[in-house]
Amino acid sequence: MTTMQRLLQLPVNAVNIVKTVQSQVQGQEEDKSPVLSPDSGQQTWYSALQPDELRHLRSGGTGGGGGGGGGGGGGGDQEERGSQEDGGGGGSFQSQPLRHDDLKEMLDSNKDSLKLEAMKRIVAMIARGKNASDLFPAVVKNVACKNIEVKKLVYVYLVRYAEEQQDLALLSISTFQRGLKDPNQLIRASALRVLSSIRVTIIVPIMMLAIKEAASDMSPYVRKTAAHAIPKLYSLDPEQKDQLIEVIEKLLADKTTLVAGSVVMAFEEVCPERIDLIHKNYRKLCNLLIDVEEWGQVVIINMLTRYARTQFLNPNINESLLEEGGGGEKTFYGSDEDEDEDEEEKEKKAEAAAMAKRKPYVMDPDHRLLLRNTKPLLQSRNAAVVMAVAQLYFHLAPKAEVGVIAKALVRLLRSHSEVQYVVLQNVATMTIKRRGMFEPYLKSFYIRSTDPTQIKILKLEVLTNLANETNISTILREFQTYIKSMDKDFVAATIQAIGRCATNIGEVRDTCLNGLVQLLSNRDELVVAESVVVIKKLLQMQPEKHSDIIKHMAKLTDNIQVPMARASILWLIGEYCEHVPKIAPDVLRKMAKSFTNEEDIVKLQILNLAAKLYLTNSKQTKLLTQYVLNLAKYDQNYDIRDRARFIRQLIVPTEKSGALSKYAKKLFLALKPAPVLESPFKDRDHFQLGSLSHLLNAKAGGYQELPDWPESAPDPSVRNVEVPEWTKCSSREKRKEKKVEKPFYSDSEGESGPTESADSESDSASGSESGSGSEGSGSASESEESGEVSVSEEEEGEEEEKKTKKRELKKAVQESESEQSSEEEDRKHERKMKQRKSDSESESDEEEESESESSQSESDDSESEAEVRKKKKAAESKPPSKPVKKETKKEKKEMSLLDLDDFEPAPSPQVTPVNNLLSNSLVTDLEGLSLSEAVLSPATIAPSSALKSYELLHRITGEGLSVEYCFSRQPFSPDANMVAVQMQFTNSSTSDTKNLHMEDVKLQSGMRVKDFPEIESLPAGETATAVMGIDFCDSTQAANFQLCTHTRKFFVSIQPPVGELMRPVFLTENEFKKEQGQLMGMNEITEKLTLDAKCRNEHTIVQRVTTAANLSRVPCGSDRECRFAGRTVTSGSLVLVTVATREEGAAQLTINCEKMVIGTMLVKDILLALTQ
Amino acid sequence: MLVSLLMLCWSVDFFSSSKPTTVLITVPAEMINSLFLISHSGDIFLEKHWKSVISRSVCDYFLEAKEKAGDPENVAPVLQTPHHYLISIYRGKLFFLSVTQTEVPPLFVIEFLHRVADTFQDYFGDCSEVLIKENTVTVYELLEEMLDNGFPLATESNVLKEMIRPPTILRSVVNTLTGGSNVGGTLPTGQLSNVPWRRAGVKYTNNEAYFDVIEEIDAILDKSGTTVFAEIQGVIEACVKLTGMPDLTLSFMNPRLLDDVSFHPCVRFKRWESEHVLSFIPPDGNFRLMSYHVSSQNLVAIPVYVKQNISFLETGSCGRLDITIGPKQTMGKTVESLMVTIPMPKSVLSVNLTATQGTYTFDLTTKVVLWDVGKLNPQKLPNLRGSISIQTGAPKPEENPSINIDMKLQQLAISGLKVSRLDMYGEKYKPFKGVKYVTKAGKFQVRT
Repeated sequence: MTTMQRLLQLPVNAVNIVKTVQSQVQGQEEDKSPVLSPDSGQQTWYSALQPDELRHLRSGGTGGGGGGGGGGGGGGDQEERGSQEDGGGGGSFQSQPLRHDDLKEMLDSNKDSLKLEAMKRIVAMIARGKNASDLFPAVVKNVACKNIEVKKLVYVYLVRYAEEQQDLALLSISTFQRGLKDPNQLIRASALRVLSSIRVTIIVPIMMLAIKEAASDMSPYVRKTAAHAIPKLYSLDPEQKDQLIEVIEKLLADKTTLVAGSVVMAFEEVCPERIDLIHKNYRKLCNLLIDVEEWGQVVIINMLTRYARTQFLNPNINESLLEEGGGGEKTFYGSDEDEDEDEEEKEKKAEAAAMAKRKPYVMDPDHRLLLRNTKPLLQSRNAAVVMAVAQLYFHLAPKAEVGVIAKALVRLLRSHSEVQYVVLQNVATMTIKRRGMFEPYLKSFYIRSTDPTQIKILKLEVLTNLANETNISTILREFQTYIKSMDKDFVAATIQAIGRCATNIGEVRDTCLNGLVQLLSNRDELVVAESVVVIKKLLQMQPEKHSDIIKHMAKLTDNIQVPMARASILWLIGEYCEHVPKIAPDVLRKMAKSFTNEEDIVKLQILNLAAKLYLTNSKQTKLLTQYVLNLAKYDQNYDIRDRARFIRQLIVPTEKSGALSKYAKKLFLALKPAPVLESPFKDRDHFQLGSLSHLLNAKAGGYQELPDWPESAPDPSVRNVEVPEWTKCSSREKRKEKKVEKPFYSDSEGESGPTESADSESDSASGSESGSGSEGSGSASESEESGEVSVSEEEEGEEEEKKTKKRELKKAVQESESEQSSEEEDRKHERKMKQRKSDSESESDEEEESESESSQSESDDSESEAEVRKKKKAAESKPPSKPVKKETKKEKKEMSLLDLDDFEPAPSPQVTPVNNLLSNSLVTDLEGLSLSEAVLSPATIAPSSALKSYELLHRITGEGLSVEYCFSRQPFSPDANMVAVQMQFTNSSTSDTKNLHMEDVKLQSGMRVKDFPEIESLPAGETATAVMGIDFCDSTQAANFQLCTHTRKFFVSIQPPVGELMRPVFLTENEFKKEQGQLMGMNEITEKLTLDAKCRNEHTIVQRVTTAANLSRVPCGSDRECRFAGRTVTSGSLVLVTVATREEGAAQLTINCEKMVIGTMLVKDILLALTQ
Repeated sequence: MLVSLLMLCWSVDFFSSSKPTTVLITVPAEMINSLFLISHSGDIFLEKHWKSVISRSVCDYFLEAKEKAGDPENVAPVLQTPHHYLISIYRGKLFFLSVTQTEVPPLFVIEFLHRVADTFQDYFGDCSEVLIKENTVTVYELLEEMLDNGFPLATESNVLKEMIRPPTILRSVVNTLTGGSNVGGTLPTGQLSNVPWRRAGVKYTNNEAYFDVIEEIDAILDKSGTTVFAEIQGVIEACVKLTGMPDLTLSFMNPRLLDDVSFHPCVRFKRWESEHVLSFIPPDGNFRLMSYHVSSQNLVAIPVYVKQNISFLETGSCGRLDITIGPKQTMGKTVESLMVTIPMPKSVLSVNLTATQGTYTFDLTTKVVLWDVGKLNPQKLPNLRGSISIQTGAPKPEENPSINIDMKLQQLAISGLKVSRLDMYGEKYKPFKGVKYVTKAGKFQVRT
């Protein structure tokens, strides 16, 4: 904490500097003012903070002193330095400041209008890309200007140049820090916005603190700004990732639409791999989606697509069955959703059902929820939103439902040409997989002569993909008009498209071929050439029928000049020379004549033709071939010379010619398979549609792969938001938040007054959420809420009868469970009730959904009862394991505060990360503690033994395999920059574990891992050890990977305590002192502490410190001081630790380290070690 | 003294250089890193960065592609360079070029850039190089508000207008005299409210709400005049100037006509789903309430027919052109602002035509014949005829040029859509209400 404070104070000092200087230089000429003069070095302030300088600062330095203290001293230093530089003659920049003299004067004036004018001119300079960095000092002074426009422009300037002028930028920090505390939320937000936009590494801790505070601000707008600031800080200092993830986790739980989009954006940029953070928020996000602002919608939808791909089953597993289902599909879903089963049952049932030829697939209600809630967004005016929904449907929806997106995508074709371009690219990919979807809109892809060429070609692509037996005649008629177009590129593409249609649809092959042959007499050479190339491909399919076409083409060689076309014709004649035995030699004769003037590609084909003719008709062509080969022998192009030599050896029998010439015929006249004309968009759908990567057909940086569907669905219960947890939650953070947030919600409710009547679902949702904020709001407010909900239902257009019934039902439910019901939105809560009621009553947990979806299941009470009975029967016929399962589930809910790890045979530990189980109870409780302070690393829990070992895989999660790891502190021999991690595998199961190895390592950029050697077999009851190396890049970010056995994979992660990120170095006392002297100021952290009673003697101190961190002792003259030294493993930055003891167990801990994050974290760890 | 100070400087420099700098892993994290505005001729006249500055030399890739493409419409909207991705749009003879470094949905950026262009248009009346240069500071302020760290922040024009007032002549005069500013003195609250698209505290003396139902016919007619493809796309543009927080409901006589709709975010989708009425709290000022598509099952009435005969002679370098336009299904309205555009083949040298009505021009560089007919008189059909001369020696053009038609029919929605009523809730006063219908030709093309 004190470190932070010190940091916060620094800029204030810096401001003092300027003030002092200003007072000193008043009256002097501006550009001679030392601080204001531009500096050639960018890091002045930074270097001003170098140890030596700081020592001056501390000791009062040369000048200044007194009230100004260190700051004044520093200022003096700088001044002298500055004047020195002036004296040194920085001629290069002296001309520039002169030019901006007037601006500086204006900025220094007292009149806001002058300042404004100056700022406007400066901003105009920036906009034109002119360098205005030399004005930095003059501008930054105005950061506290009262005039709001001046201020804004100063911000614009600051954000632009802060990165280049880190030192001076610090002067402005205190203004923003003040702004962060402003009572007005908009000012708080804008202060945070600018502060976080200043890319100055030194203020990272300040930013971190500000973000954390803003994340629990009562204004959702400020929280939104905090979410925006997260990726900024992350890109500035990725080492903050862990802390940022905590903030993200917290903001993800936010219930306002304003925050949702921004925090998901932060999530996507900082930790897209932490999909586990979404579970609890999934349903909320789905429900809020429609009210989130449009840009947020895009980000959320894209993220949810990925999420769904990891959590749900492929709805198209039994595509054929679904198609069979046809019209009855909706009822199918409706009735199936009623079944609340466990995953295993589902699978078993799946097998059984498959045998019984019944549909086995059951869509997860959450999957359905996503599809239903995104669908209305197809109506968005924002093309990006429509595209996002379209890709979601394409990747996630059952085949039969994907069709809805076609209409919306076709609508986008009316938009700007850039939008068309992107949409058409995606449509082209979609039409390959799902042609039927766009067939009704065929005509919308017809091409206008006014379309830009790239659009024309894409439309052509779509039309080609859509072509089938029924519509081919219309399409070909369209193509005929296109061929006459003036746009020749387009014509060429059309000819290729015709060729593709012809290869794909057998019936029209002859028609197409005839059409293309007609084109051969076209006046435009390009058209003819393209036709030749396409015809060549078509003829390859059935050459024997078309010798007349080949003849016709042979004649064309006289006229066509396009090399590719000539080459194609020659190849054709050579390949099918037996069909045109008379013409072929003649063609070769002509070609031999013009050989020297041909293009290379044509020459090669002439050689080819000659060789083939020689083999089939050597009598007529022997001499010709010799002649051509001789010509080629002296060609300029070595490919041609090589080819000639090669061919000669093969075909001309000489005494030396080897065995190969016997096979010459086979080599040259082998049957070649006909080419397959494929769409360039084939298989592009392995990229997520709508993404940049898809558009470019290449993986763009930062692209998140769309995962394949899981074989079996992970535990769906992770998304349940559990009621008891909320009520029982004792975290003080939560309490605080509740108190603070309440006024806000009620506030926003007031504001939303007019919309309430209509913004049905989500409004009522947020209403009930406001209820959830206040825990003990009693039953009165509840009834109010339920009223509201039913209003929204009315709007949803449900029938009267049903409504009343539901309300009754709800009432009953509320009476019985009034406590919890306030927590949940109505639907979820209803579901919950159902789950609780009894295990046998496996009735719809999604009653409403099934209603809204299926026209049939008008679940009257009697009807649903009947259903229940049916289900019961079904349940009876099922294996008896089910009720048991249910029981455990119920129990689990009851005692959510217990550690569930040992209790529950984790339903599907494969995909549920270990830490997620923890997060159920413990982490939420810990959250409150860890948020306000720095990172809570695992090692802070009192390291007692020399080598503390950590659990990587619990015996139960690992199904008998348990893994512990410790940091062995041995140098890792294969790579010195890696931390050695020793792992101990214990097999406590009854069977052997084989092929233990690791896979799928997920790391932060820069981090590296050296795998441990695979353990081939671990017999039951045995233990084995292995060592792996991890380069953590001096950060405490976890290394995530999968531990694989021959049967299973487990997600595990290793997170190092900061103390393990260093290795001991040996320094003498003098060296230590010297190094320490260079690591003062920002790099030094001092903390006072009271030593633990048991830890007063030197020995224990040394022991505890070295346990906490991998450091070595440095000899020391004084017995009141213990010194330790080490270097970080990756960058080798020095870490120096000093513990100075005083009377009564008082002590002072000093850490000097360049890496402030490491320093700060280390202080915490050592403090804990010494005080416990 | 001097010497010691010198040494101090040296040592400082020494440390700053020898110090092993923290290795920052550059983490890609932005949607839009930078924006460049490039004029038609390739002059980069404005740049804005939301993250680290990217040198404008990155535009060279784009300029190269632009050179290659020739027509600015043909420049690919997405380009890949070794380190960046360039996503651009072309609006009002300007290129808006954004630079990103990582994966981002391209439509996201494109849509945003168009929104930027819309905003400029909204603020300055037009989106042109001159106007943007004139208002550089306002542009910069707008861009600053619209994106935060490359992620869209405030894109609703109502919210923006609260923060940055659009320039007016009067205000700019006053500003120069008093030193006042364009930036709103009060803090905007729009972003905070549940209706972010509407600014708070709107006051008018005349409360009025006008709706324009504008329909466009997209059609392709073939040589013989039969319809190859035709559909109707419509939009409802609204101009609402109402005090306070009005809640409006707009209902149609025949909403079933609408096949595919998209709405301004203010429209409550649920109401539309259930009752087929538009219920919304309007933004202040001009906005597009909805756009729709009339289902293709309905036969589309084509208001005009075109009799044309364009022929190029096989021998000799000339051709003939004869076009007559007549009314077809106009629903009793007059066809106005009739305009015919014919892009001629490149080999055409000149045309010598006579128009019985209106005037025609021939652009020598683009080879486009533009015939401004005006009102279509059913009694005396307009006709354009004459000869076309072609470069000597050039072959006869393969294709006859297509004819593009532009027209307007006032007081008619060709689909038959009718607004039945507009109700207002939430406020006491009585507003003026009005609905106007217009039918236009969209992409209306006749193949010859």
